[in-house]
Amino acid sequence: MTEEELKKRKRRSIVIGLVLAAFVILFYAITIVRLGENVMNRPL
Amino acid sequence: MSELSLAYHQEDNAEAFGGDVQDYVQLLKPRVMSLVVFTSFVGLMVAPGSIHPLLGVVAVLAIAVGAGASGALNMWYDADIDGLMQRTAARPIPRGRVSKNEALTLGVVLSILSTLVLGLATNWLASALLAGTIGFYLFIYTMWLKRSTPQNIVIGGAAGSFPPMIGWVAVTGSITIEPIVLFLIIFMWTPPHFWALALYRCRDYERVGVPMLPVVKGPDETRLQILIYSFILFAVSLTPAFIDLGGLLYLTMSVMAGIVFLYLAIQVFRVREGNIADAVAKKLFLYSIFYLFFLFSVLLVEHVVPGAFYSTGFKFGF
Repeated sequence: MTEEELKKRKRRSIVIGLVLAAFVILFYAITIVRLGENVMNRPL
Repeated sequence: MSELSLAYHQEDNAEAFGGDVQDYVQLLKPRVMSLVVFTSFVGLMVAPGSIHPLLGVVAVLAIAVGAGASGALNMWYDADIDGLMQRTAARPIPRGRVSKNEALTLGVVLSILSTLVLGLATNWLASALLAGTIGFYLFIYTMWLKRSTPQNIVIGGAAGSFPPMIGWVAVTGSITIEPIVLFLIIFMWTPPHFWALALYRCRDYERVGVPMLPVVKGPDETRLQILIYSFILFAVSLTPAFIDLGGLLYLTMSVMAGIVFLYLAIQVFRVREGNIADAVAKKLFLYSIFYLFFLFSVLLVEHVVPGAFYSTGFKFGF
């Protein structure tokens, strides 16, 4: 692999890592929001 | 070496090392995504009821990513003809920046993720509609209609018409007359929009054997069809004002914008020779993009700005 190809691979890996991290945060946030609604609406 | 074999030679390299980040972004057709983001956002905002702001953002994002996934799958399937058309030759696969397999993988992964996220964040009817839209664009339009009938973009246009309906359903969880009307506006807008483009890009489609209307039936028939669909679009664009989805402002603006659309369609119908014919077709194509953004913007303003909505009083019950 050339220097340029290694750089490309590194950039791709960083973006994939960031996207995965964003997904973790996204799923957490969706869970909290939806759970929040249901907790508020539960029969007491 | 022919253009096609060059494209495949370059693709071998892409197979080995992969593309750069912006190549993968290009696979998602960002310009098409912008229209999808906007129309789905308007669908979501004009729907009755409310949605948590975060879930609203996630819904629009998921719909946009779903549209991007369709774009990647379309580029995977059409790689053989994209390299031979001026309009699409610079796409990542024909340029040898990304392999077909990478595009397919990206498209499949994003399709699954976007439908899953939409279902979890909102409801499963919206998610099913998104999955159906992606499937329709890939299997019905890209694989079947595009290369087999001049009605390809008429029926295939349904795929691009779903985003505002999905946005609406994300909030309400049901399909009523209003999202169907939003769907119909984009559905009737698609033929004059794409045929105006096809009129001055006709040689591209002819070269690769895609049976676009100007190639199969000729430019004159295409001009007539553009005119007919423009009149239908004009009528359909007014319907929101008669079901209390749009108010007086919408009625006024849609009539004015529609008259300009009809004027340009008549110009396209009348001017048939020389560079000026291409110029008027291009003018209609560009105006049609503005027109759709404008109609949806007015709907949005009426529903978001307090006091902007005045009912026309023509309420039909459904």
